[in-house]
Amino acid sequence: MHLPFWSRIRKTRQGKLAGDEPIGVGDNPLLREETTGASEETQWRLIWRRFRRHHLAMGGLVVVLMLYGVAACAEFLAPMNPRAFDSKYPYAPPQRVRMFHESEEGVSFRPHVLDYRVELDSVQMTRVFHDDPDQVVDLGFFVETEPYRLMGFIPMRRQFFGPVNPDHSFFLLGADRLGRDLLSRMIYGTRISMTVGLIGVTLSLVLGITLGGMSGYFGGWIDNLIQRLIEFLQSIPSIPLWLGLSAAIPPRVDPLMVYFYITIILSILGWTGLGRVVRGKFMSLKTEDFVLAARLDGCSSGRIIRRHMVPSFMSHIIATTTLAIPHMIIGETSLSFLGLGLRPPVISWGVLLQEAQNIRTVATAPWLLLPGAMVAVAVLALNFLGDGLRDASDPYA
Amino acid sequence: MLTYIVRRVLYMIPTVFLISVVAFIVINLPPGDYLTSMVAMQMEEGDAAAAQAQAERLRVRYGLGEPVIVQYWRWISGIVLRGDFGHSFEWRRPVSSLIWTRLALTFVLSLTTTMFIWIVAIPIGIYSAVKQYSIGDYVATTVGFIGLAIPNFLLALIFMYIGFSVFGQNVGGLYSPQYIGEPWTIDKILNMLTHLWIPVVVLGTAGTAGLIRTMRANLLDELRKPYVVTARSKGLTERRVIMKYPVRIAMNFFVSAQSNILVSLISGATIVSVVLNLPTTGPLLLGALMAQDMYLAATFILLLSTLNVISTLISDIVLAWLDPRIRYS
Repeated sequence: MHLPFWSRIRKTRQGKLAGDEPIGVGDNPLLREETTGASEETQWRLIWRRFRRHHLAMGGLVVVLMLYGVAACAEFLAPMNPRAFDSKYPYAPPQRVRMFHESEEGVSFRPHVLDYRVELDSVQMTRVFHDDPDQVVDLGFFVETEPYRLMGFIPMRRQFFGPVNPDHSFFLLGADRLGRDLLSRMIYGTRISMTVGLIGVTLSLVLGITLGGMSGYFGGWIDNLIQRLIEFLQSIPSIPLWLGLSAAIPPRVDPLMVYFYITIILSILGWTGLGRVVRGKFMSLKTEDFVLAARLDGCSSGRIIRRHMVPSFMSHIIATTTLAIPHMIIGETSLSFLGLGLRPPVISWGVLLQEAQNIRTVATAPWLLLPGAMVAVAVLALNFLGDGLRDASDPYA
Repeated sequence: MLTYIVRRVLYMIPTVFLISVVAFIVINLPPGDYLTSMVAMQMEEGDAAAAQAQAERLRVRYGLGEPVIVQYWRWISGIVLRGDFGHSFEWRRPVSSLIWTRLALTFVLSLTTTMFIWIVAIPIGIYSAVKQYSIGDYVATTVGFIGLAIPNFLLALIFMYIGFSVFGQNVGGLYSPQYIGEPWTIDKILNMLTHLWIPVVVLGTAGTAGLIRTMRANLLDELRKPYVVTARSKGLTERRVIMKYPVRIAMNFFVSAQSNILVSLISGATIVSVVLNLPTTGPLLLGALMAQDMYLAATFILLLSTLNVISTLISDIVLAWLDPRIRYS
């Protein structure tokens, strides 16, 4: 059922939704006034209520919110500086956190890791890492660190957890080629990878709603032209096209600009799917009575679209948009992995996975694949969230 | 039916033409050309004047200094009139001598993967729908979701890692090292089949997961319809009730989704081949793009897209054959 533009759905006394009544009765407020009770619920409350029953989707929502939380507070959460390299610890394996410390005075509760004693194996030309019981790196929550600004404006001197002495190093998930802490890099990577999806999807949405809306609202040759354009873009295999376009990004351009180029490249194909959905919705809505009524009342095209049509399919669009974000994230990761997307010093999951390109490296340092797990978790959570939203977006079904 | 096919084939021509234009423009977007990077490389080796002179000679020979439209015309007219796809700068060979085996292997890989997806997804989808909310259904759904969430190049990396650390062998490549560069014999093809399953599984996982979900959803919709109840009440065996109509109707979707599947396979094969080091189009395309080897890269993009358009055409024709409403509209 489609929503009328006054967009408030009242429950009838029989507990039946007003929207389920045949068109003509349900869409006429004068007729309905007599049968409605006192309780009123907005469309969004109904959606939320339906959504809450979907456990996987709720889980997805929590994970997605956490990921964006991590992205926002990366400075606070990362135990180390993600760019600080240390020639002593290339490919240092993950350290085990020990809760109790034994000394002459007895056993005490003292969370710590043991620093590494590094030996060079001259035969295999590799480094061997041994735990050094004499060098204890104490860990703690809310430890002091160099001053920074949380989210760019809150001055802070402490971080969530890390070594008590800021000069010590600590590798909960191991280190990379240059001895940089992988956990901290993954936390900072969340910021770039999750926002690439968000910004890319916003761009796609603007394009998709504008072009798809024009296509569906005006019809005729405009519709034909835009539909051919969508078909054409969809006939080009995405990864070769993305590769071709990213190869065109000048090699010595500012990393921030690369970021924007990549989101634009991802949106060039990304809007087509959204455009189709918007067009379909416009096509089915424009023959509805309430649109006709608005037009007879003398509303302009812009007003009819903005005030009457968009609100009634916004929930559906939001669901489709959520489902488009994972594609963007995978796209960015793939491009960066191949070396054609974001490049160091920018940190994204794809850039981190670039280190795992060589299979021999992965065999010695399998923890380098962990950023891939982040990708999988993010994609999975967004998929669950989007599926739940899609199911809930039509509360009258 | 014939008019429908003819109309669709004629419609393909402008599409492929447009694709060729776009492919060529995209390839020409980066500043400079292959020769600039070649000169830059030779200058580092010290021989500046000679490099410049040689580059000038080559530039005139291949018409690189001319406007893009002229270059495009030369390239496209060569393809249409003589089957000549231009010259690869990097490989110093005609493009046509490089691409066909690789394109054929890409096609074989995509087709095998499609078959894999169908063989795996259809029975599991049917099972999941018929035994909704059983343990098997939950397992299939969970595995399906995970299959969708892991990017396929990551899956390839994981396979490589397991093969390397557990079995001590490199699982990349499409045939054993001794067959590289050898002519195609029965032995080589058999050897390829033993290697093919890894890229097929890697590439097919996401598609399989997607199809299982759709098959399940479509079949569930069908199973709730009254005619199924009627069939059951008339005493048909359960197997016949399910297989005769609901499954067949739910399968219609497979035909229309087929072109999308092949599109994503061709696209996904590009990156998986780079990771697994397969002798398909992927690694060569990537190398060509990086080195601005423009005719080679443009030809690949053009031919891969054409492959797409053709597969869409085929699935449209099959769908029109299945469903008469489409061909008369």
